[in-house]
Amino acid sequence: MSEDILKLSTLQLDALREIGNVGAGNSATALSQIIDRKIDMTVPQVAIMPLGDVPDVVGGPDAMVVGVFLRVYGLAPGSILFLLPRDSAFYLVDMLMGRSQGYTTTLSSMDESALMEIGNILAGAYLNALSHFTNLTLLPSIPALAMDMAGAILSVVLIQLGQMGDHALVIETEFTTEADGVKGHFFLIPDPGSLNTILTAIGVKE
Amino acid sequence: MSDLIKVGMADFKVGRNPASLISYGLGSCVGIALYDSVTKVGGLAHIMLPDSTQARSSENPAKFADTALPLMLNEMIKLGAAKIRITAKIAGGAQMFTFANATDIMRVGERNTEAVRSMLKKIDIRIIADDTGGNYGRTVELKLENGIYRVKTIDKGEKEL
Repeated sequence: MSEDILKLSTLQLDALREIGNVGAGNSATALSQIIDRKIDMTVPQVAIMPLGDVPDVVGGPDAMVVGVFLRVYGLAPGSILFLLPRDSAFYLVDMLMGRSQGYTTTLSSMDESALMEIGNILAGAYLNALSHFTNLTLLPSIPALAMDMAGAILSVVLIQLGQMGDHALVIETEFTTEADGVKGHFFLIPDPGSLNTILTAIGVKE
Repeated sequence: MSDLIKVGMADFKVGRNPASLISYGLGSCVGIALYDSVTKVGGLAHIMLPDSTQARSSENPAKFADTALPLMLNEMIKLGAAKIRITAKIAGGAQMFTFANATDIMRVGERNTEAVRSMLKKIDIRIIADDTGGNYGRTVELKLENGIYRVKTIDKGEKEL
């Protein structure tokens, strides 16, 4: 099982991308309603990459980010990370709290709660869509938040994957608000055993 | 400006003066700096996991504390370092997220640090400075000119070990 993510077929990768699309679409709608802004999202990337390369997706291991982390419980456990560049996180908080742009320069515990709640809602929307699509019950844990270097935050999930192999399968979508340039990366990282469960559930297991 | 050699996650590099070895954004991982002050040969390892024997895949020995250290030590000896003079400085092993019910998975930083300490003891290398634990990330740089191990954080300042 360890490295069979390197042997996924094009069909399987497409199927995973579609899952990401449905999940992220649902999340984007939820986020758009909360902050009352139009949200653009990229077509999800399904990437299989060496563990050490994952932080490059968000600007390198020393990029300053805010991360909201949730575990996924259920039949296909995994991890969800919502990563925002620090400035985007500050601006998102300003929006949520009805403050003028540029007001936030450090996160109060109230601000942290607000961002965790956003992570919670995005994860819930994402997993809901994923559950419908796969018929697997998937539930998010309570969220946790950290503001730090991207490599340090991602290490939490990468270490877990490292026990099984040297590569990570990440399903990643980038959200941006049209006018304000708030940017966020949403990662779904299935635990090693979960990939087979998901592929079987959607009928593309060889 | 001397060379800056980057060490990625689950990797190690060795070198000799003039150069610096740097690894960015350590969270629960541990950065182990070994240094011989006479030949000014040093090595920096960025390990992710404590122990290769419990892992299902061990294709990359640089990933684990127990396998990375002997390999790096060997590379340093090839560059002229003498084992008897080599000392260690370690940093990292944080717990980035706090959950009410911290499982073993979440405590991996602590386990990494313990594994590094016991492995260094096993191969008879003394730890002369450390900066481990906490809940924040670190960028570490080993200067081969003088063996200074610089630890940078976002808002816990910067220190030299």
